[in-house]
Amino acid sequence: MEKVVYLDNNATTQVAEEVKIEMDKFFSKLYGNPSSMHFFGGQVQKYIDEAREKVAKLIGAEPSEIIFTSCGTESNSTAIYSAIRLFPHKKHIITTSVEHPAIFNLCKYLETQGYRVTYIGVDENGMLDISEIEKAISSDTAIVSVMWANNEIGVIYPVEEIADVCKKKGVLFHTDAVQAVGKIPINMSLNKIDMLSVSGHKLHAPKGIGFLYLRKGTPFVPFLIGGHQERGRRAGTENVPYIVGLGKACELAYKNIELENTYVRKLRDMLEEGIISKIDYVRINSKNALRLPNTTSVSFGYVEGESILLMLSEKGICASTGSACSSGSLEPSHVLMAMKVPMIYAHGTVRFSLSIYNTEDDINYLLEVLPTIIKRLREISPFGEGKPIFGIDSCNNHSHNH
Amino acid sequence: MWSYTEKMMEYFRNPKNVGEIENPDAVGEVGSIVCGDALKLTLKIDPETHVIIDAKFKTFGCASAIASSSALTEMIIGKTIEEASKITNQDIANFLGGLPEQKMHCSVMGMEALEAAIENYYTKKGIKRIVGEKDRIVCKCFNVTEKSILKAIELNNLKSVNDVTHFTKAGGGCGKCRGDIEKIIKDFWSGKEKFDFSKMTNVEKIKIVEKILNEDINPRLKEDGGFIELIDVSEDSIKLKFLGACSTCPASSSTFSSVVEKTLKDKIFGKFKVELM
Repeated sequence: MEKVVYLDNNATTQVAEEVKIEMDKFFSKLYGNPSSMHFFGGQVQKYIDEAREKVAKLIGAEPSEIIFTSCGTESNSTAIYSAIRLFPHKKHIITTSVEHPAIFNLCKYLETQGYRVTYIGVDENGMLDISEIEKAISSDTAIVSVMWANNEIGVIYPVEEIADVCKKKGVLFHTDAVQAVGKIPINMSLNKIDMLSVSGHKLHAPKGIGFLYLRKGTPFVPFLIGGHQERGRRAGTENVPYIVGLGKACELAYKNIELENTYVRKLRDMLEEGIISKIDYVRINSKNALRLPNTTSVSFGYVEGESILLMLSEKGICASTGSACSSGSLEPSHVLMAMKVPMIYAHGTVRFSLSIYNTEDDINYLLEVLPTIIKRLREISPFGEGKPIFGIDSCNNHSHNH
Repeated sequence: MWSYTEKMMEYFRNPKNVGEIENPDAVGEVGSIVCGDALKLTLKIDPETHVIIDAKFKTFGCASAIASSSALTEMIIGKTIEEASKITNQDIANFLGGLPEQKMHCSVMGMEALEAAIENYYTKKGIKRIVGEKDRIVCKCFNVTEKSILKAIELNNLKSVNDVTHFTKAGGGCGKCRGDIEKIIKDFWSGKEKFDFSKMTNVEKIKIVEKILNEDINPRLKEDGGFIELIDVSEDSIKLKFLGACSTCPASSSTFSSVVEKTLKDKIFGKFKVELM
């Protein structure tokens, strides 16, 4: 493929060149184990300490509050399991209906293990109502977990306010901040969030590294048990090259946070305006909500998402769908269903997610290619403006939640 | 990403026979915009020979749905209605060099659109056909009937609820009907095991076939003034003959495959042919 336009940065990002360079010497030169007694291992420790400081700085935390993990999913599982092991008599968890599978499927599993889970719904803009969370908290609640920003639609949730509510009620609060950190400014010294999960590969570090923020003084039970690494909070030999890489990526993210909210936002807005002006029957999901600067979820009426993606892919453009067919399940994404996106749009949803490495040329190329693709698919589709939509009658008498 | 064959991708990139025939002789519409895929098939049919002269489709759905629809039109043009009605979802998938299991429902949609179009053709012509009684909707999320599920089980030798979901989408939404589907699968296979054609003597075969003809098939044929008679059985076949109104009816060969052959294959397990003398 000659031309690649990568607009799928909420799925994963390219590793920054600076990160790659920084990691290199920790594979075959400084490969010692930081726990060793000899100088060769010991000399590595200071690089881990430096990385921890850089990571802490990005989110306004103390270095001691950072626990390195293997990924965002591990951080999420660590947080939830810590809470339920701390309070084995508490059998209730509160989360939302729009979480990433790393939380959503974990909660579904815990339901089979005797836990009761409350899934807080969202409105048509993807926003949730804090008072619903407040009402759901009971003496049986072990933890509340709400994502900071949604991966599909980019909506930013008021997690700092939710943390205040939880603090007042004496319940632990965790946030899956995988999509938020590095894209919006975050300062943990100004809020009461107990735990926060982050993944490296969403912010230009490699896959296979992440961290859990654990507020000083928050009770905790480790997930991986073994050696004394990470002050006994996460056993397993430190993944030194990746920790160093994550440190560098966080340092860059700290520098680039302004760019994310000016340059990237401008590209995203340009993309949205271009689509709206060139294509009929489109809706930008959650347009009126507070959103990440890099994400847009666009629904195209009368066509199906996977077809759009494959045609884009043929032109070298990478995006993803929130809808059914691409992910192996058959219903549209649980996020779009929770938002009750109208049925003529629900299956035709594409997510574009940008990074600082995208250019205006990328967006112009997309805007040149996309209208033709949608036009072609609408020619193939039996549905369209003014055309009868068949097959609906049998669908109306059951709950599809669109 | 799905592993699609090059042939399937080619039919997605450059689908043949996209569009709608004006004043079509038959229309088949299946699926819906809510369920995520839908297909409108229009046919031009020679009134004398019943040959499909032209077929066009319009499809809302994923890449494999578009490719399956296009493949279907290619496969049926030039065939008579009766020949076309024998095309199964497996044939469509094979034409494309195979489909991922989770996408088999796209080929089933093609087969169902064709069935709907043929039904529509006979209705327009005023020819009464005997239709199945299993039109009960099992999966309410995707509007899948018991008939469709049974057909998919039989044609593709499906044994689990997940298999049925991959082939028909049934059970892939809210999941409430999964218990129901499990029962349909169990009933289908348990019924078969009672009568295994290869393990029966000829006398047993005659008795069972006569019983099925008298109880399940002839009462339905008699409504239209016809009936069917057993002529002979052999190691691998059952030979039958239409009598009464059926022997002259233009739709009798479709009745034969959709009612007679189907009922016998439903009730008797094993490899055997059902022949019309």
